Amino acid sequence: MLFFKSYLLPRIIQYLVVIFIGTTVVFVVPRFMPTDPVQKTLELVALQGTYIDPEAVEKLRETLKELYGLKGTLFEQYIVFWKRLFRGDFGPSFAQFPTPVMDLIKISLPWTTVLLLFTTLLSWIIGNILGGLAGYFSHQRWARVLEGIAMVIRPVPYYIVALGLLIIFAFAFPIFPVGGGLSVGRELHLTFDLFVDIAKHAFLPALSLVLVGSSVWFMTMRLLISNILREDYVLYAQTGGISDREIVFQYAIRNALLPQITGLALSLGQIFSGALITEQVFAYPGLGTLLYNSVSRGDYNLLMGITLLSIIGIATGVLIIDLIYPLFDPRIRYR
Amino acid sequence: MLSTIRDLLKYDKRFTFGFSVMSLMIFLAILSYFSPYDPKVWNIVPRDMPPSLKHLLGTTSMGQDVFWLATFAIRNSLFLSLIAVFISRIIAIFLGLITGYKGGALDRTLMTINDSFVILPLLPILILIASVIKGSLNIRNLGILLGIFGWAWDARVLRSQILSLREREFTYTARLSGMRTLSIILKEYLPFIMPLIMATAMNNMLWVIGMEVTLAILGLSSLEIPTLGTMIHWSVNSQSLLLGIWWWILTPVFICILLFISLYMLSVSISEFLDPRTRLQRIEVMKG
Repeated sequence: MLFFKSYLLPRIIQYLVVIFIGTTVVFVVPRFMPTDPVQKTLELVALQGTYIDPEAVEKLRETLKELYGLKGTLFEQYIVFWKRLFRGDFGPSFAQFPTPVMDLIKISLPWTTVLLLFTTLLSWIIGNILGGLAGYFSHQRWARVLEGIAMVIRPVPYYIVALGLLIIFAFAFPIFPVGGGLSVGRELHLTFDLFVDIAKHAFLPALSLVLVGSSVWFMTMRLLISNILREDYVLYAQTGGISDREIVFQYAIRNALLPQITGLALSLGQIFSGALITEQVFAYPGLGTLLYNSVSRGDYNLLMGITLLSIIGIATGVLIIDLIYPLFDPRIRYR
Repeated sequence: MLSTIRDLLKYDKRFTFGFSVMSLMIFLAILSYFSPYDPKVWNIVPRDMPPSLKHLLGTTSMGQDVFWLATFAIRNSLFLSLIAVFISRIIAIFLGLITGYKGGALDRTLMTINDSFVILPLLPILILIASVIKGSLNIRNLGILLGIFGWAWDARVLRSQILSLREREFTYTARLSGMRTLSIILKEYLPFIMPLIMATAMNNMLWVIGMEVTLAILGLSSLEIPTLGTMIHWSVNSQSLLLGIWWWILTPVFICILLFISLYMLSVSISEFLDPRTRLQRIEVMKG
């Protein structure tokens, strides 16, 4: 019971607060902006040159207001907004009218989810193991080299890394395809070839995410380990003649992993943003490309749908990590 | 403060590197005031010229000189990041000090909100906002926007530092001798956390410049204002890579990478300097 009250309850409250704040920001901000989306859309329609009589314009205005959820007072709008959110209804897409936004998202979501899950886990594992080793053997030459590489890659944003990889591996040395998720014209039959094709297209986006991701984990892990090495139990293990290998993996990395798990939860939002950008560079058919298209076509509903869904997705991811955290930390389990 | 910089310059190679690159960038930014060309005017120089003595870094497909355009881009990007950093520092310092010093229910509430902002995927939200106010997103407004969203992580870092300062003895001495909360915070704590504020500010600058690049590439900022982001945007959009105009795209990309690495190194070396444990370790390394 104490476990529930002191551990689970704050986590669940946090989960609800994240979704509440995120949704409220998404609701409030566009309504305080100087530009009126309805007016803007009407202007766009007017720009197309065809004559529309004033009555039709009024009708269009009403429909648009309905679509944007701009009817009634601010409070009423807010209630409607939440109701629609609970139904999973983000309205129709403007660019591909009348396909519901949800349908478009459903097509792209698996691509992003698979890429993101794979690269996040891989870079977390690579970064932590290499960081742990480099932190423990910090006087060795290879540890310094690794640190230098990570230090150069870590601060560079995903976009630049992705663009760099694209320049090197798709233009200068055309080993990998320039973009896309599949070869053009390929049909979705479950064969080995299809798998190879998908993997080949996903390789560069995944590489850029893993490169940046693992350098981030590498740097924090190295710092954590260098602090743990000063702990008494490590000194005791060393004087007791336990092998370096065992100390690194059983003593140092294991203890340093706990803050790293929390770090993983806290940085999910960043990782997700990075994935969106990477997808756009490589024209990978996931949420990022969908987001980019919705921006360039002014598809406001789709944009809002992706934003809300990503907020909920990230918050849920963080909650899941928090919920399995006690499995790794016995201090919480047995309290 | 000055002696700290001198020591760091002398003993930490990373700081020296970051400091000299930043000085170079500031020099280039100042140089933009002496530019012979207006960055907003197209076709003042021949198009698509490779680097030469007359045009140090070549020219673009829009007939602009890449070198002088880059000086404007650096100036605007730095200016933008300064606005954003200034705003987010105020929020972060205020929240960090209050929550760290007061504690209790106020701390828990504010930290729950703070953590929500840490977790939230900011990019989609910023894209949403930026696409709504696309027309009025000049340097100043973009700076304010990024400043409003970029404080959460740093408020957390500052709070944990204040938490440890609060338990030190000088806090009790100050409180028992009748100092008021505000003056304890301002006179006793602020000097301690000043370097930490600097370190987080560098990191935040890095984030802001990166975010600007990202938004510009999506075509969401005012594209006629030269920044590092819009420079990349135009060169990518004009297919400069396919056409072989590498000097156009590589210039902003290289400047970005240099800027990011130098800011990161400055931030790391300042925060390591603060941590006595890592400082001791470095001295050991230097001795051995």
